[in-house]
Amino acid sequence: MTLIDLANPTRFLALTARILPWLAGATAILLAIGLYQSAMAPDDYQQGATVKIMFIHVPNAWLSMFVWGVMSVAALGTLVWRHPLADVAAKAAAPIGAAFTFLALVTGSLWGRPMWGTYWEWDARLTSVLILFLMYLGLMALWRAVEDPSRAARAAAILTLVGAINIPIIKFSVDWWNTLHQPASVIRMGGSTLDKAFLWPLLVMAVAFSLLFVTLHLAAMRNEILRRRVRSLQMMQASRIAFSSEVGTGSREEKASKTIGAA
Amino acid sequence: MSALAALIRRDIRIALRVGGGALIGVLFFLTVTVLMPFAVGPDLALLSRLGPAILWLGALLASLLTLDRLFTADHDDGSLDLVVMSRTPLELACAAKALAHWLAAGLPLIIATPALGLLLNLDGTATLAVALTLLAGTPALTFTGMIGAALAVTLHRGGLLLAVLVLPLSIPVLIFGVAASQAAISGPLSFGTPFSILCALSLVSFVLGPFAAAASLRHGLD
Repeated sequence: MTLIDLANPTRFLALTARILPWLAGATAILLAIGLYQSAMAPDDYQQGATVKIMFIHVPNAWLSMFVWGVMSVAALGTLVWRHPLADVAAKAAAPIGAAFTFLALVTGSLWGRPMWGTYWEWDARLTSVLILFLMYLGLMALWRAVEDPSRAARAAAILTLVGAINIPIIKFSVDWWNTLHQPASVIRMGGSTLDKAFLWPLLVMAVAFSLLFVTLHLAAMRNEILRRRVRSLQMMQASRIAFSSEVGTGSREEKASKTIGAA
Repeated sequence: MSALAALIRRDIRIALRVGGGALIGVLFFLTVTVLMPFAVGPDLALLSRLGPAILWLGALLASLLTLDRLFTADHDDGSLDLVVMSRTPLELACAAKALAHWLAAGLPLIIATPALGLLLNLDGTATLAVALTLLAGTPALTFTGMIGAALAVTLHRGGLLLAVLVLPLSIPVLIFGVAASQAAISGPLSFGTPFSILCALSLVSFVLGPFAAAASLRHGLD
């Protein structure tokens, strides 16, 4: 079973139809375990109960970058290997990545309210995640700007790869900008080492969110394939109607207009 | 080589003559700078503190507005197809076009900077610092913006989409451009550090921009 075997959309649909329920079940179980462990985790001596926001916030932040990585691989698939499902994967991943990024921003800002006393701090990490969010939205705007999916796919693939090269540069410059403008006034997470009591729930939640992404991504890819089929069927029907009304007699036109009405 | 030189000469001539619209960027730059005191108030001390940031933002927006013209006119009259089909590598042709665009639309912005610096109460060193950072930084804006321009022309969508795609990519240039100017004027930092990073960003964009733009033209035009 290699990646190229999945190039046939019908085979992909059949395979994912079998896999998806198991994936969804595993995601639900792991999420339940992770949430239970997070709720049972002790309070931080400095941050109190608010430290539990971390168990949602950190997996979201990880995934916000991981999804761009997935889209970059898919972009290579579109441009280099011309894999037929690569652009479907890239298109389906973008809104999910944007959602994870948005959740990371929201939870970060909710965490910042009790910690820093404000919802928004121009902290380096928050700022670079915000820019990542803007780039996700730009990419989605690019997908929506063009009707022809294969044209949009190649443009979006190039933009994704350019973004993948630029995101580390942007991250670095925002860090630099931040240290220049506000010298370390922000309370950092308690050092670099996490206690085991926090580490385990965090790891479980990270795996659960990754599974959640895979589940949502496969489901979104299925939807995208079906949506494209519906679209090409509609186009075929429209061209048939146009053709028959061009050459046909009055009765045929009547029939065609009835079909439109039924559709 | 002579083909590239001819391409550069042609692009500059078209941009500077009637209907070219390269100099509208300078007019826009002037207008944005004049608008700023109306927004923040005519306090000269405040204006001189914000001056580098205002000039950088104005130059960024002005170069963004003129980017639309980089490929659109050539695409409309068909000469872009000739450039794509010619024996000159498309990457080199893109780099030549971007260079010509910078010479016609970017360089006038830098020449206008001293006059605008006077309006914002910047002294000689500050104006020189801003002009120098613009000289080092605006090529990066043009060369990364070229990627967005190439995408926009292949999709027949310019304007807002181009701005939304290009502006996030220009954040590092803005950060280091303003930081270097501030360092030269008041900052505790030495001018050299952010300035050399700014030059590095320009050099990276020389490499990245033409390849990405050529790829998007090759994949997109049909």
